Amino acid sequence: MSRIETTFSALQADNKKVLITFIMAGDPDAEKTLNVLSALPDSGADLIEIGMPFTDPMADGPAIQDAGLRALDSGMDIKGVLTLVKKFRQNNAVIPIILMGYFNPIYKYGCDIFSKDAAAAGVDGLIIVDLPPEEDTELRVPAQDAGLDFIKLLTPTTKGERLDKVLQNASGFLYYVSIAGVTGTKSANIDEVGAHIIDIKAKTSLPVAVGFGIKTPTDAANMSKIADAVVVGSAIVENIKQNQSSNDLSDIISTQVHALKEAI
Amino acid sequence: MVTDKKIPNSFMNGPDENGHFGLYGGRYVAETLMPLILEVEKAWHTARDDDVFWEEFHALAKDYVGRPSPLYYAKATTAHLGGAKIYFKRDELNHTGAHKINHCLGQILVARRMGKTRIIAETGAGQHGVATATVCALFDMPCTVFMGAEDVERQSPNVFRMKLLGAEVIPVTSGSGTLKDAMNEALRHWVANVEDTYYLIGTVAGPHPFPEMVRDFQSVMGKEVREQMMEKEGRLPDSLVACIGGGSNAMGLFHPFLDDTDVRMMGVEAGGHGVNTDKHAASLTGGSTGILHGMRSYFLQNDDGQITEAHSISAGLDYPGIGPEHAYLHDLKRVQYVSVTDGEALEAFQMLSKLEGIIPALEPSHAFAHVMKIAPTLPKDHILVMNLCGRGDKDIFTVAEKLGLEI
Repeated sequence: MSRIETTFSALQADNKKVLITFIMAGDPDAEKTLNVLSALPDSGADLIEIGMPFTDPMADGPAIQDAGLRALDSGMDIKGVLTLVKKFRQNNAVIPIILMGYFNPIYKYGCDIFSKDAAAAGVDGLIIVDLPPEEDTELRVPAQDAGLDFIKLLTPTTKGERLDKVLQNASGFLYYVSIAGVTGTKSANIDEVGAHIIDIKAKTSLPVAVGFGIKTPTDAANMSKIADAVVVGSAIVENIKQNQSSNDLSDIISTQVHALKEAI
Repeated sequence: MVTDKKIPNSFMNGPDENGHFGLYGGRYVAETLMPLILEVEKAWHTARDDDVFWEEFHALAKDYVGRPSPLYYAKATTAHLGGAKIYFKRDELNHTGAHKINHCLGQILVARRMGKTRIIAETGAGQHGVATATVCALFDMPCTVFMGAEDVERQSPNVFRMKLLGAEVIPVTSGSGTLKDAMNEALRHWVANVEDTYYLIGTVAGPHPFPEMVRDFQSVMGKEVREQMMEKEGRLPDSLVACIGGGSNAMGLFHPFLDDTDVRMMGVEAGGHGVNTDKHAASLTGGSTGILHGMRSYFLQNDDGQITEAHSISAGLDYPGIGPEHAYLHDLKRVQYVSVTDGEALEAFQMLSKLEGIIPALEPSHAFAHVMKIAPTLPKDHILVMNLCGRGDKDIFTVAEKLGLEI
């Protein structure tokens, strides 16, 4: 069983929900990211999503855009992201790690070699925002061959035949984008999201995580009632930005993550 | 990656049903946009096959835009350069002063057929923004234009024009605050407003079907040139020259001639300070393949796949990518892509003003700089057509500044 499957089934067996936390690799620098990352599992994160910075993140709001630019300024690149995962894995072989980002840096690195290097570093899955099913073969096939899950994004506009098409070849879990919009902006309508998740669940046995617009423990608590997992990104990234110079950065983030975990 | 360089039977077959021109093009967008992009494609293909749609398009093109634009024999230029016989396709005479109005008119008709009630657009120099604001005023639709904060400063007359036409101009400060960031911001806005909004893209770029649709609206220029040339010379031209930022004016001139393999085509990219420096906008001659703004094409980028800044004296060519069909024609070598520098374009701008009494935009000044290089080397019976795709009123401030003059 993969780390992702193990995590979801263990928590489901205990009737608990999965907390997914997002941080941007290299924000504010590689060393601090590793510190924050290393503290996440004990703070209550069940699955870690790591952003790969890109100059032109078209699905992200200001918080994650700026985090990406801070990361690039600190010299972060794809190799640096994989090195970070490798270092983290020296002390934690259990928690699943997902890389999230845009296709161009991976395309430039090479889809085959990236998939192999990511798997070897200890990555479990990929979420690539600008690869809809129409264009995903080039990366999905080598990624799945290397043992990585290829996690699909579902949105409020993914309905009917479109839903069937997106569900094909999905693995790991499904990431439901709760709003038509970019990360960290508006809040979702929980009834609409809930109804859509019921439709989705009727067609797949994969767990469904909900993300975009979940900021507070209350948001997380509400969303956890209708989903298997909740993703918190921009709110953590904002907190990192505000405390980037603090010596207590990883403690501050741990406290925030702990509160989120308590709520779900 | 294996590159399929086999020459197909026709250069005009693209794109395929998934929006690919060979390796290029496609639909690299967030899932939220996919249903909408598919809807745009469907609406566009229905319109394309509907005579009523084209009747409406051509009626407005004639009476509102002023089409057909003249094909002008540039006698003084021909004599001065002493070689090829030079013609200008005068799309700078269109309403709003550039070719951009052609695809704005076509796209707003598609948007109306889709039942969309508001229009968004990105703009660099402001020409596409002005043309979009114009058709929105014509059809009484609210219009929001995203423009890099830096460009808002540099192009204040066009910002004022857009506002006069009733458009809202949103300065974009994210990223580097230029055209590519304006396009990112327009895409983000579209993702958040999929129900009622149409994104009127300003060049032959972006996700499928935009490169195809914009090309087909702009092809009105190439089709007119074919007819006008047959009338004037009784034969097709030997060479076509056009400048390239995203590539809409070049694609519109070239496309109807792609299968006439005796017609040589040259696309002129903005070489800025030179393609060997880090300040240029020549994606084909100085970039590499990648994925941005919904398409696979050539982009200016570093080894890590991060997009780098473009530079050109011409704000309309200041884009780090190029339309996917140009990438395809580049690989097939059907079109030859070259570049000219800021300095050469500036010289060409002044030369054309004095020789013909036509002040060109800085964009086609790049095309003219290349014409100045090659025309003297060509025989007198060689017929060359250059796309004079925009007029230079908007550029007089930039040019005066570069020449160290005060207006």
